[in-house]
Amino acid sequence: MEAKQIMFAIFALVIVVFSVLTVTSRRILRAAVSLLMVLIATAGLYFLLSYQFMAAVQLTLYAGGIVVLIIFSILLTSQISHKFERIETKKALFSALAAVAGAVVVITTILNHSFSADSAAAAEVDMHLIGHSLLETGRDGYVLPFEVISVLLVAAMIGAIVIAKKGSPHKDEPAK
Amino acid sequence: MNSGIPLEFYLVLATVMFFTGIYGFLTRRNLITMLMSVELILNSVNINFMAFNRFLFPGKLEGHFFSLFVIAVAAAEAAVAIAIIINIYRRFTTINVEDVNQMKY
Amino acid sequence: MTDFGYTTWILIIPFVTFLILSLFGMKLKGLPAGLTGTVALGLVTFLSYFTAITYFTGGGISGGSFQKIVAANAVWLNLSDHLHIDMGVLLDPISVMMLVVISTVSFMVHIYSLGYMKGEKGFERYYAFLSLFTFSMMGLVVATNIFQMYIFWELVGVSSYLLIGFYYDRPSAVAASKKAFIVTRFADMGFLVGILLLSFTTKTFDFVTLTDINGPAIASKGGAVFLGMSLMTWSMIFIFMGGAGKSAMFPLHIWLPDAMEGPTPVSALIHAATMVVAGVFLVARMFPVYYFAAPEALQIIAWVGAVSSLFAAIIALTQTDIKRVLAYSTISQIGYMIFSLGVSGYGGHDGLGFMASNWHLFNHAMFKALLFLGAGSVIHAVHSNDMKDMGGLRRYMPVTNITFLIACLTIAGVPPLSGFFSKDEILTAALHHNKILFAIEYAVAGLTAFYMFRLYFSVFHGVDRHYHHTPHESPATMTVPLVILAAGSVFAGFLPFSSLVTSDGVPFESHIEWGVAIPSVAIGLLGIGLAWVMYRKETTLPDRMTSLFRHSYKWAYNKFYIDEVYIFITKKVIFRHISHPVAWFDRHIVDGTMNGIAYVTQSVSSMIKGLQSGQLQKYGYVFISGVIALVIAFIYLVK
Repeated sequence: MEAKQIMFAIFALVIVVFSVLTVTSRRILRAAVSLLMVLIATAGLYFLLSYQFMAAVQLTLYAGGIVVLIIFSILLTSQISHKFERIETKKALFSALAAVAGAVVVITTILNHSFSADSAAAAEVDMHLIGHSLLETGRDGYVLPFEVISVLLVAAMIGAIVIAKKGSPHKDEPAK
Repeated sequence: MNSGIPLEFYLVLATVMFFTGIYGFLTRRNLITMLMSVELILNSVNINFMAFNRFLFPGKLEGHFFSLFVIAVAAAEAAVAIAIIINIYRRFTTINVEDVNQMKY
Repeated sequence: MTDFGYTTWILIIPFVTFLILSLFGMKLKGLPAGLTGTVALGLVTFLSYFTAITYFTGGGISGGSFQKIVAANAVWLNLSDHLHIDMGVLLDPISVMMLVVISTVSFMVHIYSLGYMKGEKGFERYYAFLSLFTFSMMGLVVATNIFQMYIFWELVGVSSYLLIGFYYDRPSAVAASKKAFIVTRFADMGFLVGILLLSFTTKTFDFVTLTDINGPAIASKGGAVFLGMSLMTWSMIFIFMGGAGKSAMFPLHIWLPDAMEGPTPVSALIHAATMVVAGVFLVARMFPVYYFAAPEALQIIAWVGAVSSLFAAIIALTQTDIKRVLAYSTISQIGYMIFSLGVSGYGGHDGLGFMASNWHLFNHAMFKALLFLGAGSVIHAVHSNDMKDMGGLRRYMPVTNITFLIACLTIAGVPPLSGFFSKDEILTAALHHNKILFAIEYAVAGLTAFYMFRLYFSVFHGVDRHYHHTPHESPATMTVPLVILAAGSVFAGFLPFSSLVTSDGVPFESHIEWGVAIPSVAIGLLGIGLAWVMYRKETTLPDRMTSLFRHSYKWAYNKFYIDEVYIFITKKVIFRHISHPVAWFDRHIVDGTMNGIAYVTQSVSSMIKGLQSGQLQKYGYVFISGVIALVIAFIYLVK
């Protein structure tokens, strides 16, 4: 058994176990922490795939940013000590049914399909390549999505601020 | 480089995570836990893209950048979603998704 | 041939009066309304007499016999080339005679009501209905075809209903008017069936064609045979059923005694003189058809008439309400008329029964109206209908006393009053036809004399009662009609009726057959004598007779329990076994289906409603399930 396979097995196990814990845990903070473990294991998977940059981004943004954000929101909505009640059986059953059915369909499709690999040589992905690709305008350039994402982030920031602001803006204006 | 682990393993793993996320989305009552399930789904999609990129298109980077942008969008979306959740909490004092049902018959 | 076009005014005037009084009654409150009605009726009476005189003194004669003259006719409803319903005026001996009868009695009743109904609530409505009734009855007798007669027949029924239920705040009056209408309507169903069968067989509605003895209707006697009698016979029997209902023959007589709930002048006009003789008139009108095409029906008619008269006479012996005695007397006398038609032949002297029936109709109208109006006068004075509250009234009400006495003598058949002549002719006709029927009618003559004089002596002689306030004679508006009608009763016997009204229009000589007349007078005097003994002074004889015949008395007093039989049949049989299941079916199955459809719609909509529940996770669930289903469909099922 090679090291890679053992690593893969560990990561896979962590992902499966903790994702199930995320969706079934009765304490919200435990769910958040389980999500964190899932994200970290995913980063591990990226390392296995030799995409180090992505792994780093995953750890920074996802695990470090979003999970923290979620924990903050838990605190802000006073849910931290809240213990969930049991989910009613009918709902759980139907959802599980849908999920299992979907999983079965997709897995059978995947396993029945034969994937053929592209015969081109593997490119070594390093920071140079990524940096150039992000700003290139040619065929393999991703400057357009890059700019769009920037706009999106600005919009998201402004939107979040406006939505989460306390009170309506008209309240502060003096009466005319 | 990828000796021993076939593509299908990654794909099946991603599928399991995806449908776990769906189950969580349909079952969980708290808005924040629903958001966490959505993050699970997005994450599973990312794994899928990266695996395809590595196994099927080794010379290109499209899957790689797609995942990158997905992460960026997921972050933005989580931020806005939490802003909304906070607003709902202020209005209804509850973030139980079944209580936020005013747009109905 | 003289032009009789003006006879349509006889119909138009009462109808217009009805419209005026019903629409503008509120403005003509009180006496003006009554006068309007009375004056209009006076005009109608004048026109009727004028028509009669013109017709009988030559205007109607052609070729030695009285003709059927169609004075006016207009096609009203064209059903097909052969079959059409007309509206028109037909003049022949019986219809002209009826015009005279109806207008005279109606006019008397109008004058009488000025005094009797004075101050009553609904005075204008009363006169409006009286005009409506007069119009309907006139239309009935001058009808040119059987359908027009049917239409006016129903109108007469409606007028009767309105007038019986005139005191609409009395439950008994309302019930009585409903009973009258329903019973006659039920009989009219038979009438309609008869009309349809008749017109199917003869292909016409028109009276002139139907009663033409050389015509197609009578020649077509036969048709299909059903249960041993031809189709024509069946149709004539059904037509007679309609007549029997209107004329209160057994067993459809139950409505007439209850109809006494109406005001007394109404009883005089409708339920004694005019409407109840509509059945007699119908048979007389269709007489050629009966005689030539359906002789078995005539047999049935004769028996029905005889049984009715006997039955009613027995009941009348025991009743104590004045108006009820007179009502049963009416049934009995109409039984005479119907019976007389049943035993009649056709043509010349053979048609004696026909002539006698119509003569008796004429006389009966006069004296029965007189009896009722006199009873009204008595009721007005004593404020009660019951004989037990009356007695010795001859001292207080002389005019009423004398006129009532004249009427009683007439009905008993004492010569030389009119009743004697017509009753004698009837009995003669019966003797030549069937001895048993003759015996029945002979006995009834005696019973009639007895119960009428029982009534007379109890009211005007008998026990001298103590009254709360002394009764006084009625005002002139009430006594003058009494006198006029009494004069009519006295002198009508001297009319040469057989040269005016006969079965085939040819006049003949009739004379009194003394072999019949003397016994009939004798039994009449016997009846009077018995009543004199029992009732003139206060005696215990009536009570002793009652206890002697206790069982029969009870049966007669309770009208032979016919009403109870009817109630039993309707309630226990029809309601329980037919109406209830039908009602159950309507409530549960018909309504149930409607309710079921609504319920299904509602539950389906509730189920669909859930699709917009506002539950985010439900939306998500539907979405995911749909996607999976589509994936399965497109990848695996669509090849």
